[in-house]
Amino acid sequence: MTGTARAATLVAPRRRRGVRLLFFQVAALSRSARERLATPERSEGVWLFLKCVLVALAGAAACNGAHDGREVVVGSKGFTESVILGEMVAALARGAGVRVEHRRQLGGTEVVFRALETGAVDVYPEYTGTLTREILRNEAAGRPLADVLAGHGLRMSQPLGFDNSYALAMTEARAAALGIRRISDLVAHPELRLVFSNEVMNRGDGWPGLRAHYGLPHEARGMDHDLAYRALASGGADVMDVYTTDAEIRAYALRVLTDDRQFFTRYDAVLLYRADLPARAPAVLAAIDRLQGRIDNPTMIALNARAKLDRVPESEVAAGFLAARVGGAVAAPREHVLASIARRAAEHSALVGLSLLAAIALAVPLGVVAARRPRIGRVVVGAAGLLQTIPSLALLVLLIPLLGIGSPPAVAALFLYGLLPIVRNTHAGLVGIPESLQISARALGLPARARLRLVELPLAMPFIVAGIKTSAVIAVGTATVGALVGAGGFGQPILTGIRLDDFGLILQGAVPAAVMAMGLEALLGAVERRVVPRGLRPPR
Amino acid sequence: MELRLAGVTKRYGAGVAVDGIDLTFASGRTTALLGPSGCGKSTVLRLLLALATPEAGEISVDGRPLPAHDIEALRRRIGYVIQDGGLFPHLTAAENVTLMARYLRWDPTRAAKRLQELATLTRFPADALARYPNELSGGQAQRVAIMRALLLDPEVLLLDEPLSALDPLVRTELRDDLRGIFRSFGKTVIVVTHDVGEAAHLADVVVLMRAGRVVQQGPFATLAAAPADAFVTAFLATGNGTRVPEPRG
Repeated sequence: MTGTARAATLVAPRRRRGVRLLFFQVAALSRSARERLATPERSEGVWLFLKCVLVALAGAAACNGAHDGREVVVGSKGFTESVILGEMVAALARGAGVRVEHRRQLGGTEVVFRALETGAVDVYPEYTGTLTREILRNEAAGRPLADVLAGHGLRMSQPLGFDNSYALAMTEARAAALGIRRISDLVAHPELRLVFSNEVMNRGDGWPGLRAHYGLPHEARGMDHDLAYRALASGGADVMDVYTTDAEIRAYALRVLTDDRQFFTRYDAVLLYRADLPARAPAVLAAIDRLQGRIDNPTMIALNARAKLDRVPESEVAAGFLAARVGGAVAAPREHVLASIARRAAEHSALVGLSLLAAIALAVPLGVVAARRPRIGRVVVGAAGLLQTIPSLALLVLLIPLLGIGSPPAVAALFLYGLLPIVRNTHAGLVGIPESLQISARALGLPARARLRLVELPLAMPFIVAGIKTSAVIAVGTATVGALVGAGGFGQPILTGIRLDDFGLILQGAVPAAVMAMGLEALLGAVERRVVPRGLRPPR
Repeated sequence: MELRLAGVTKRYGAGVAVDGIDLTFASGRTTALLGPSGCGKSTVLRLLLALATPEAGEISVDGRPLPAHDIEALRRRIGYVIQDGGLFPHLTAAENVTLMARYLRWDPTRAAKRLQELATLTRFPADALARYPNELSGGQAQRVAIMRALLLDPEVLLLDEPLSALDPLVRTELRDDLRGIFRSFGKTVIVVTHDVGEAAHLADVVVLMRAGRVVQQGPFATLAAAPADAFVTAFLATGNGTRVPEPRG
């Protein structure tokens, strides 16, 4: 069977399962929230409506080319090493004839791990130390890691070969001059000046533990990581903490000291994948196997340096390594800069457009209800305000179990953020209608719904449109955060640019986003001139 | 249409707006509700439109109590011009007048014909029909409000201080026009005013009110010739109610 044919037979049942799961989860969430809050009967309808909107949004966004529709989805975290490894897995899977999508630089461990658990991602690179110390720290104690993972429906490959843990480093020249190779060698040199990043200075398993473990006589100082490299290079300090695969180790010609008494936890790189992957895509698993034990620390440092310091795209770094050492990889097709800007513009517009339309559809009726029933109004406006205070990354992470990764959680988050300005302005616009106009409308013999349609909403229109404008501009800006959960858009180059310290790349995202915000503002201004009659505009 | 209030009381918060009032507005007559500001005149109009609910007493239309439901149908049989005109700023003069025609899905030619009739009746310039309320003069705005109230050819017309916001010259002109309109309208009209001259000029019957009660009612000549008490004398003498002292105790 060819890869494409297999993809076609495999994708259909998966998608159905995903949608069913989604419905179940949404229902469960709303049920538990209802029980927790013991909401009065009246808000039942609002909940139902919200539920429908979320499901509809997720459906729409999923059709919009989200996590389904590909046979295998590779994930990676938002730092260069993870992206390179993700590119390797993707290239090998592609070489095995499987349709692959690489959701690169997702916004952190929590995001990717949840995405893997929910099936939005099939495989991603992880570190054993992160699993035992961070993600699974409550269950990992005293049990084999593989067993704990099996409980989550996950498996782990053999180590890839390198260990990206904390370590101490010195310049090669100074270390050679003093004959220092191991951390225990430092004991004989109390005159050395040690500088550590703040997290290492303060954590129990950082400097205080290290000092006690080795009996080091030194006093250490806290220093920013980037400054510490420069301090070592200029001779202002002698020893610093590093990650053992930092590209800067090559750039600054540092010697990593051996942790001869095994103080630091090992952070062996592995590939984490779903337990159903071998059955679904055995070719991918075979490809993964070929990476095991192939990348040692010097190799990874060199690869990181190629991407980070030499500015070679991660896909090329990965392809170069695979061609030389592994073979059987197929590189992703390269995209022209303009084509990628156009694609991101399309993704960004879809995020903003979809969420804004949904926000209008819910917020205007909510504003009407709020204006009609002052007590409900206070609750609704308060709740919308509360949503606004949730940090965007936290909201996205909360939405992942519900909606997976990609555009659905991003659209849902933008939708929730878009509610407040529209609800508040609709409410204010309706409440502010002069009493004599409200009475006149009633005295004419117009029933409530007709009053709303013919008199009240048109009178509130300038306020409503102003609220929509505010929401739209907020959405264009906030949508850049969607890149953290793999939603694409202009946030993607911004994230990459920040990661690689590449100002040009940041501008490739920031400038079009600003242009889009201004364009949308102008577009809505034109809409405003159409829907707000001359009689309501301020006199010229 | 005959409108009747029997023993009607309406309170707003602690104050009494209308205090056990008995009033009958006979079909085809023009009545002026006269009195100092805050005496409950405007409340009477709102009670008749079921825009306010009385705490006591009964309001009836043609002998039948105000319906609890389908109040909209009743309101469409009554035209109402609120104190400042109440024109909708998002609609042009023509759209204000024909709003109910739009709601009731009248044929556009029928609505246009009715608009023409009303503009002629109220002497409203045809070229100003396309203007928005903020582009109209005070007198023009009042004429639009009256046209809007008359669109459905109601059996009753209620006007709340239709002239108070106008400057004196325009006021006199519109007052004369109003009299002509009421004559040709030939139905029940109730005008709320605090101006004795207006009441005398416009109404067949004057109802003089004070602190939520009726002090005296009848043709203006009767009130002038045989005032019921000193308040009536004083109120009629000042020409308007603003300088008449409230009763003490």
